[in-house]
Amino acid sequence: MFNSIPQKSDPFPGSAPVPEEKLNKFKRGVKGELPPRPQYKLRDVVIRSEAASDLAQKQNARYDLMLPEDAGFLEGDEDEDTCTISQDDIVDAVDITAGAKYFSLTLSQFGPYRLDYSKTGRHLLLGGRRGHVTCLDWQSKQLMCEMNVMETVNDVKWLHSEALFAVAQKKWLYIYDNKGIELHCIRKFNDVLRMQFLPYHFLLATASATGFLQYLDVSVGKEVVAICTKAGRLDVMAHNPHNAIIHLGHSNGTVTLWTPNQREPLVKMLCHQGGVRSVAVDKTGTYMVTSGMDKKLKVYDIRAYRPLQSYFLPAGASCLSLSQRGLLSAATGDIVQVYRDVWGIPVTKPYMAHRAKGSVWGVHFCPFEDVLGVGHGEGFTSMVVPGAGEPNFDGLDANPYRSAKQRQEWEVKALLEKIQPELIGLDPSQLSQVDHSTWEQRHVDRVQVLGFDPLAKEKFTPRLKTKGRSSSGKVEKRKKQVAHEDQRDVIRQTVEDRMKIDKERKEKEKKKAAAAGQKSALDRFRK
Amino acid sequence: RRDSSGTSRSNWKINTMIMKTNNSIYLCRQSFFPSRNSFFSLIFSIFFFLMESLVCASFIHIHAMKVKVLSRNPDDYVRETKLDIQRVPRNYDPSLHPFEVPREYTRALNATKLERVFAKPFLASLDGHRDGVNCMAKHPKSLSTMLSGSCDGEVVWNLTKRECVRTLQAHEGFVRGMVVRFCGTSFFTVGDDKTIKQWKMETPGYGEEEEPLNTILGKSVFTSIDHHQKEGVFVTCGQQVDIWDEQRSSPIRSFSWGVDSFSCVRFNPVETELLASCASDRSIVLYDMREATPLKKVIMNMRSNTLCWNPMEAYNFTCSNEDYNLYTYDMRYLDKPFTVHMDHVSAVLDVDYSPTGKEFVSASFDKTIRIFPKDSGHSREVYHTKRMQHVISIKWSSDNKYILSASDEMNIRLWKANASEKLGLLAPREKAAVNYSQKLKEKFQHHPQIRRISRHRHLPKSIYSQSKELRVMKEARRRKERNVRKHSKPGSMPVVTEKEKHVVTVVK
Repeated sequence: MFNSIPQKSDPFPGSAPVPEEKLNKFKRGVKGELPPRPQYKLRDVVIRSEAASDLAQKQNARYDLMLPEDAGFLEGDEDEDTCTISQDDIVDAVDITAGAKYFSLTLSQFGPYRLDYSKTGRHLLLGGRRGHVTCLDWQSKQLMCEMNVMETVNDVKWLHSEALFAVAQKKWLYIYDNKGIELHCIRKFNDVLRMQFLPYHFLLATASATGFLQYLDVSVGKEVVAICTKAGRLDVMAHNPHNAIIHLGHSNGTVTLWTPNQREPLVKMLCHQGGVRSVAVDKTGTYMVTSGMDKKLKVYDIRAYRPLQSYFLPAGASCLSLSQRGLLSAATGDIVQVYRDVWGIPVTKPYMAHRAKGSVWGVHFCPFEDVLGVGHGEGFTSMVVPGAGEPNFDGLDANPYRSAKQRQEWEVKALLEKIQPELIGLDPSQLSQVDHSTWEQRHVDRVQVLGFDPLAKEKFTPRLKTKGRSSSGKVEKRKKQVAHEDQRDVIRQTVEDRMKIDKERKEKEKKKAAAAGQKSALDRFRK
Repeated sequence: RRDSSGTSRSNWKINTMIMKTNNSIYLCRQSFFPSRNSFFSLIFSIFFFLMESLVCASFIHIHAMKVKVLSRNPDDYVRETKLDIQRVPRNYDPSLHPFEVPREYTRALNATKLERVFAKPFLASLDGHRDGVNCMAKHPKSLSTMLSGSCDGEVVWNLTKRECVRTLQAHEGFVRGMVVRFCGTSFFTVGDDKTIKQWKMETPGYGEEEEPLNTILGKSVFTSIDHHQKEGVFVTCGQQVDIWDEQRSSPIRSFSWGVDSFSCVRFNPVETELLASCASDRSIVLYDMREATPLKKVIMNMRSNTLCWNPMEAYNFTCSNEDYNLYTYDMRYLDKPFTVHMDHVSAVLDVDYSPTGKEFVSASFDKTIRIFPKDSGHSREVYHTKRMQHVISIKWSSDNKYILSASDEMNIRLWKANASEKLGLLAPREKAAVNYSQKLKEKFQHHPQIRRISRHRHLPKSIYSQSKELRVMKEARRRKERNVRKHSKPGSMPVVTEKEKHVVTVVK
């Protein structure tokens, strides 16, 4: 009866396939070998956890197909360079809200300006060389505060949220809130020229004119470490967002890598002939771009410390910045050039170019927006660079549209999972790897920590015996006996080992002979 | 095509719809004089002026470019009304979530610390007995009911209200053992007065007297009682192991194997005809109810006090021994226990398995309770209070959540089986958070910082010093043995493992 009903078969059985490259995007590490069968419990655990991670990877890849936004782009006509397209053309072509992201602030009085965008990309902080500090919500153009600190301003930086920012002034480092109220003057940090904020560690790293690299834990307000780099004035600084390592550029052409855990640089790279002018590191921690006084722009693979590309820029780049999707902006004089994919095939032309009104002092890509902020002598220009920003943000990490309540919640969570500065290292995933250190290595470490060897064989001291048995001759004899015994142990062990090897060898030879004996049927005719 | 952008909300939506369908704004602009380059425009104008007569179309400079700039509609990212929950768009791209491992490690560390902060296992103390509590019984059908027998009488408890429901004078002298019938309607008690009594579970009505349903007068003192899982048969032990039919007043079978006293007897929960008992000649004896003689016995170095079958792997049982250890045996291979559980610093008096069969709890004369995973040599948890004296009896509740301990100083204590667990209903998000932190703790459990915190327990000073002393003694013995072996003829001093050390012999 039931067979008579025609049954439709599913033309696409099973779940929909997920493209391989999407899956690879979510891959963590490489699969190791399964433990051997006798260790069945461990084997079972490994199999289960790998299955779980495969499932998670697949689900992530599936979810990736549903992301709402696509990245921006700019394509010219055939035989038209995109670098000739002006900002006005782009603004004419796009919708009004996107067009409003191209604007200039004329602030000719206190310039040139340094700038910083907050982690969500909503807020902009400007610091003029001659003391003008202002912060604003740049999308709604709402001013949060504006003041003049009546002192030279070397650098400005947002801290973890838009509530606090740090200003490196002529002498000390100051912390202000977004109303412009001075919260702290940190006198331990003097003559700061450049600052970097490590958001997951809550560390503010500062580089000073006196050659000190200092780390300030902003969650507790304590200085973590002050490192004397012995490399003179430090005015080139960048941080690797992948592993929180600070890159410093020096006047002798070297770039050095630093963590708060080590007094010496982790790595010292000679990048340029002549001083280094600017350094930038990409989001994945793979590439470092440097520009130097030799007018070169170089791209390095900082996992292998290998140069990838070297470009010659006629005027040399004074400021560099990398966007979330890997666009590079380089400022030469008053011209800002944006390059695309500098680490791939060698590029010959910039992707975009724009002439600012004054000489450029700072460039910064806005996170999650197709916007490049340019601080220059005549104020600030926000230019539209299609394809710069990550289109889909993660609401639990950096949400530009978060409410006050969401921000508070995020702040508490972020503070709870603040990573300790001791965990900064070249490989951030090292903590999840199996510690393969040998017993010898661990023993050496233990000896170093304790200051003595707990397993060391104590020196034999003969016990004091009475009735004339502790005469110096007897004592010496006993000592000899013990030493002799130890030596005999060693000899016994070596003899045993040798016998074992000999036995094995003989067995092998026997087997070989037996195998050779079977080899040929004609062997019996051999004499 | 070109979008005409408006500022009003309705226009906004239309715009984004168009954008979503097309993904790009395609611009085709026709102009004679491109404005962006004045020099070119100048040349063009001259050209145009000179070649006016030519076809106009050839001079049209077509400028076509494709551009798309990120422009999000805030309506897609913020909640519509205040009554909605906030929108949280996710992007799981690993490059947007750097420091995955250090952050997880920090979370695991925090979870471990919080676990220790919230580890408050003690729930309640049920007091009311006027003498030390000697035995307890779980109700097979009701989670909230529990029975306890003291050195003078006995009590039925209601656990949810933590109050005594019923008191009855069952025996003269100690109540040695009690068990609830599998149907839950009646229970049996044995006491020092050489009687077995059966009682109704229901409270007698007004004016009725508290009378046992049945009373059997035995020849000797009974020390323990257990009931069959399915049939009206129960077993008692004292001078011998007796199997009784509920309908008869004399045992249907008696077992003895050259000993004069048994301390505990238990039915196997799965293979229901099998029994195991602990005897005072340091042996554990196994019986089959259908046979006339016992099956086999293992003799150990010291006497076992009680034993408990694993309810899930019913061929395993664990016995609590006088030598401070517990031993888990496989009943098929009695020649050595497959795990020795150490940690107590005095005789272990009682043991009970969790209903999942993965863990068991032990009560000891050293005034502590310890929880052991079934295949681990050391305990994962230790409970103690200042006022708890020698713990005589212990039970793990049938819902796997609570532990009941009865001790010398007339109290029954209620503990959580998982010290830091939150009681009561959990919201789904709360449950997810608990599971997540549990998984993280597991993932990083071997990191020294986390292991140190998760293993930290406060111990009373006496127990701490005793365990240290025991460790020193053990190490000294081990050292001595090693030295003796070193200086004797090779092979004459075989290495005896810890498991083999405690078994004297197996008799069949």
